[in-house]
Amino acid sequence: MDIHEYQAKEVLAGFGVAVPDGALAYSPEQAAYRSRELGGERWVVKAQVHAGGRGKAGGVKICDSDTAIHDASEAMFGMKLVTHQTGPEGKGVYRVYVETAVPIHREIYLGFVLDRTTQRVMIVASAEGGMEIEDISANKPESIVRATVEPAVGLRNFQCRQIAFKLGIASSLIQQMVRTLRGCYRAFTELDATMVEINPLVITEDNRVIALDAKMTFDDNALFRHPQICELRDKSQEDPRESRAADRGLNYVGLDGNIGCIVNGAGLAMATMDTIKLAGGEPANFLDIGGGATPDRVAKAFRLVLSDANVQAILVNIFAGINRCDWVAEGVVQALKEVEVDVPVIVRLAGTNVEQGQKILAQSGLPIIRATSLNEAAERAVGAWKNDLSQGVKMRAAS
Amino acid sequence: MSILLDKQSRVIVQGITGKMARFHTKDMLSYGTNIVGGVVPGKGGETVEGVPVFDTVEDAVAATGADASLVFVPPPFAADSIMEAADGGIRYCVCITDGIPAQDMIRVKRYMYRYPKERRMVLTGPNCAGTISPGKALLGIMPGHIYIPGHVGIGGRAGTLGFEAASQRKDRGIGVSTSVGIGGDPINGSSFRDILERFEKDEDTHVIALIGEIGGPQEAEAAAYIRDHISKPVVAYVAGLTAPKGRTMGHAGAIISAFGESASEKVEILSAAGVTVAENPAVIGQTIAGVMEAA
Repeated sequence: MDIHEYQAKEVLAGFGVAVPDGALAYSPEQAAYRSRELGGERWVVKAQVHAGGRGKAGGVKICDSDTAIHDASEAMFGMKLVTHQTGPEGKGVYRVYVETAVPIHREIYLGFVLDRTTQRVMIVASAEGGMEIEDISANKPESIVRATVEPAVGLRNFQCRQIAFKLGIASSLIQQMVRTLRGCYRAFTELDATMVEINPLVITEDNRVIALDAKMTFDDNALFRHPQICELRDKSQEDPRESRAADRGLNYVGLDGNIGCIVNGAGLAMATMDTIKLAGGEPANFLDIGGGATPDRVAKAFRLVLSDANVQAILVNIFAGINRCDWVAEGVVQALKEVEVDVPVIVRLAGTNVEQGQKILAQSGLPIIRATSLNEAAERAVGAWKNDLSQGVKMRAAS
Repeated sequence: MSILLDKQSRVIVQGITGKMARFHTKDMLSYGTNIVGGVVPGKGGETVEGVPVFDTVEDAVAATGADASLVFVPPPFAADSIMEAADGGIRYCVCITDGIPAQDMIRVKRYMYRYPKERRMVLTGPNCAGTISPGKALLGIMPGHIYIPGHVGIGGRAGTLGFEAASQRKDRGIGVSTSVGIGGDPINGSSFRDILERFEKDEDTHVIALIGEIGGPQEAEAAAYIRDHISKPVVAYVAGLTAPKGRTMGHAGAIISAFGESASEKVEILSAAGVTVAENPAVIGQTIAGVMEAA
């Protein structure tokens, strides 16, 4: 789960990380008023969306009057901010954060990630702050400093000092760096984060170490023990279909193609999408309905896939192991009687009692296009999508 | 021969009184797995499918001589159960549970290393379908009848995709020495590399097949290990050709976040190490058959 910059700053400040003074606003008027509350003479207005690259997309503006803040935030509210991380549809701006501007001397990149090679928390830092980490590793790989944390003892002060000295930070600022690094590490481990990124961490002209931006991602599997983090969820930043799916216990990722997929198991779902691609089609989604494939879940899955207007054919691929194919077939038939489906439906069942499953589909009277192999299923789905009626019967709404 | 699991393995099921665990205990017993006990704190003295239940792993091991364990414990408590198995003298543990926090798994991995190598537990999973040595024993949730005994060693990250590949092999009469699910989580027990090392030493395994997916360094690490240390032919398939970058595809670990983690990059790295890659999931069985004929 992702959270907003202002939320991440509040969380990190609670662990001793220094952040600029700032306040949240839900309207241009409120944003302008916030600057008077904060005081000072220069402010930064920042669109709050769950994506990086906001500056280039017009989501960050430096202002030196409350009128300027009003106008800048008015332009941001309601806009769909499109950055390299949002996809072409962008993310809606419904909150802005107003911050006191700080005089910057140096910018540093600081990230905490779960490193899958060492299976530990890894700190990644670079003196080239302000750039995306992908660009730093492509263009300035020698500037990257890494350290892994031994889980039994946690992040040690000597490691923090080592990182700070390698970044060329002045001795007088080492204590502030240690405090920042340890604060981030504690927030990471105590709150079950999977990523903490401060880009940039700045050294101000008056020698303070401050997190100018902050991004945190949390482990969905650990949210059960952090109710206070769950409250930070902002559904406006999620794909509505994906949130709806998640609320129904289905695992869905929307894509740009035309062939909807309903599959049990994540690996098999990816493999099914691959087969569609190799057969000349484009998958409309990833959808894992779980190992069980109960009639209820199949019906929910059909409704979900059909909520995507681009879907022109649906491929159902279920491998029934311990839950037999005949049982899954009955579920598919029941779901198709409940849900109005106006696109061709291709069903491929495999596993235990596959013949009985096929028989149930055939005798249902529903215009289901059946397939036995994965390849055949993908080819028939692509064929049906291309409106090649010789491949099978086109299914239309029953009513 | 087989790896990790055979007819002699004495198995306990942790969390045996849960609905799913009861169901699969029955299924594993009918397959012939030697299940000697179950562990559920506070339920010691009960029986499930005729199997005695103990309060702790320590009690279960003392009473039954168990050396393998299957963990069905819910996610908030699963890490603790794996550590209990490691401490209780279990040599091989399979964790089925999906949804364990990543930092719990970091602690589990660290904890396992406190034991000297000769008594350190081997873990596969979590978030996997389990391990099967066909005709000998099944430790997991896979349908046993789609695996026939033979000489192909399998390692895979996914569940149902592994079943798909198994049924393709069965249709061609290709048998399996052992099939190991390493699971779909970002921090897991044994890696592909660990499994490869065991298959290389196993006389009964003639060909090795890996079923990988997007995300993480495991396929690239396996490729380097195959190039330097594996003499047996290796076949691979990597799922997720169409997966977008930065999105989690069902499995917590199936996310492309760094270079070398996409399916096409993994295919390239594996091919360069001499692995025969099946480009299409529908031809995994066929590709293995081709490599076996050539071997």
